[in-house]
Amino acid sequence: MSTIEATNLTKTFGSFTAVRDVDMSVGEGEVVCLLGPSGCGKTTTLRMIAGLESVTEGEVKIGGRVMNKLPPEKRDIAMVFQFYALYPSVSIGGNIEMPLYHLGLSAEERRQEVARVAEILQLGEVLERLPGQLSEGEKQRAAVARAIVRDPNCFLFDEPLSRLDVEQRHSMRGQIKEVLSGLSKATVIVTHDQMEALTMANRIAIMRDGMIEQIGTPHEVFSQPRNVFVAGFIGSPKMNLLDGRLLTVKDGKATIELGADSVVFPVPAAAEALVESHLTIGIRPRALEPVDSPSERSLTGQVELIEPMGAETLVHVRDEDERDLRVVLPRERKVKPGEVLHLACDLTQTHIFDDSGLAVR
Amino acid sequence: MSATDKKSLAERLGLKVYSGVGNAGWGRTLFAAVISFIYFFPVFWIILTAFKTHNDALAIPPKFIFSPTFENFVAVFSRAYSAGAAAQDTGFALYFFNSVFIAGTSVLLALAIGTLAAFGFSRYPLRGNDTYLFIILTTRMLPAIVVIIPIFLMFRVAGLSGTYIGVILLYTAFNLPFTIWMMKSFFDELSPDVEDAARIDGSSDRRVFFKICLPQVKAGLAATAVFGLILTWNEFLFALLLTGVDTRTVPVAMAQTIGGDIGVRWGLLAAIETLFLIPVIVVTFMLQNHLLRGVTFGTIKR
Ligand SMILES: Nc1ncnc2c1ncn2[C@@H]1O[C@H](COP(=O)(O)OP(=O)(O)OP(=O)(O)O)[C@@H](O)[C@H]1O
Ligand SMILES: [Mg+2]
Repeated sequence: MSTIEATNLTKTFGSFTAVRDVDMSVGEGEVVCLLGPSGCGKTTTLRMIAGLESVTEGEVKIGGRVMNKLPPEKRDIAMVFQFYALYPSVSIGGNIEMPLYHLGLSAEERRQEVARVAEILQLGEVLERLPGQLSEGEKQRAAVARAIVRDPNCFLFDEPLSRLDVEQRHSMRGQIKEVLSGLSKATVIVTHDQMEALTMANRIAIMRDGMIEQIGTPHEVFSQPRNVFVAGFIGSPKMNLLDGRLLTVKDGKATIELGADSVVFPVPAAAEALVESHLTIGIRPRALEPVDSPSERSLTGQVELIEPMGAETLVHVRDEDERDLRVVLPRERKVKPGEVLHLACDLTQTHIFDDSGLAVR
Repeated sequence: MSATDKKSLAERLGLKVYSGVGNAGWGRTLFAAVISFIYFFPVFWIILTAFKTHNDALAIPPKFIFSPTFENFVAVFSRAYSAGAAAQDTGFALYFFNSVFIAGTSVLLALAIGTLAAFGFSRYPLRGNDTYLFIILTTRMLPAIVVIIPIFLMFRVAGLSGTYIGVILLYTAFNLPFTIWMMKSFFDELSPDVEDAARIDGSSDRRVFFKICLPQVKAGLAATAVFGLILTWNEFLFALLLTGVDTRTVPVAMAQTIGGDIGVRWGLLAAIETLFLIPVIVVTFMLQNHLLRGVTFGTIKR
């Protein structure tokens, strides 16, 4: 059985807590991405699962067995490192062969296995070369080949694509996903690129300051962010987060003061307890649409900056309170700097967070 | 035939051939040439003297043009000790063997022990690691003359005086601190990820060390070996007191060659010295490609 379970995983370096109470379970054939800003503890979490870092508190289970005290070589895992960590003085073929040595295979069987994965990852040409003589993309594929050459309990990837250029990233993303789906192992992929996470993962765990802020499917974390951090972190361009004050709630509709504008939103019943308090309104840039006249669910501002993004245009609109609103418009919709826009919010894509930052549901 | 096939003999032997003045320009190249000549001149003079007759060697003003002779080289191994007597074996063949054997063995031993120790210090630090490293180095801080009497007495008691084992042990101990410090700094520079990867791939500590780490510090091994070898090869004071007739090394035997009825035989000494230089030069040349990377470690990041 190929599963990973982490319960209350905590790691401290001296007095610094790098990872705090991480709970995570990865099922067989499931890919979970650890996503978060630099220094949030993604690598540390992965290294604890791998056994390269001792666990300060909590438990790591792989395939149902508690692994806390086992050294990495006994955990039967495969890992791809951020900087590939190929053995510099060993040929690529030798690198891929390394994990096979302790399996007791004959030289001929080892050679066949190497040839098999070299075929999958198109490395046939470079098997004789040393890692220093490879391009970044080839090194990356060699590192993946070394991981999949045997049949481990689970896979761990630490930012496997961070050193590739945009094009290679796209193709490798697909390739890794394809390879993994054929293996049906529990897999954890660390990344700080949300596109990578959204495309490759079955579930995403968003981390900040050593803690998991939310864990859910790509759809869940995008459409129902649990708090302001997740809302701002997932989605590109970034969600507009506006400070406001809840004035009244009536018949499931709230009147919210957003600086000079005042908008009326439908809100969940839980919002009634928050009357008179400060809150944050989150509106995705694609949920704002220019309309001809202001209404009770529109915001008004002046076009400041226009950034074409290909099929769409990102427009920065400044409202009367000097707040910057990001709005994504279709390319056909032409705007000019200085133009006054009335922007209606799509209420299905609007999120309300209370003054502690938690989503109000 | 492509351009890469057209290699000169020297290049195929692995020697680097530099021609032209590179990027430095004539001025600097000339300056460097003058400085190197000043450095190299004593060696050059020794080699020249080795081919001179006794009279040519003593000539004033010094002779640069003379008819060369091999008589000094013959005399190194066999010569008459007084005028008219029959030529006799000088024992130098044995002394050369002793030098090679003693220096080679002790450098290799120090390398084997020191590299393992260095890996330990680098990867499995003890509490107070730096203190231990410092203590190891203190053994080399005292001047030789201070330690020689106790060591001499210890060797007497232990019956090690005049034996190969004794000198080899001593030189190994002398080379160890340097080897440990050098090799530790090389191990410290290796990427820990690579070893982690090897562990995850199921390699034991032994395999990690031999297959993964050691090949990466070849340059360091080469540099350490050459420095150790030069130091041991030329060592005189301890060899003088601790080697016996059968275990005498070349520096000691050379000193004992000075003197005799016709004064200092400069040609003979120069011939010994020339032969004595050859092994060091050969080893240095063989390792030079590694050496350059070895001695510049820390300044060049890969
Ligand atoms: N060996 C260590 N000793 C002390 N602090 C450490 C150690 N390793 C990591 N840290 C700290 O723990 C925190 C988390 O580090 P980690 O490497 O897990 O971050 P990360 O999320 O992988 O970041 P990145 O995206 O930059 O790789 C960082 O603040 C880091 O400085
Ligand atoms: Mg990291």
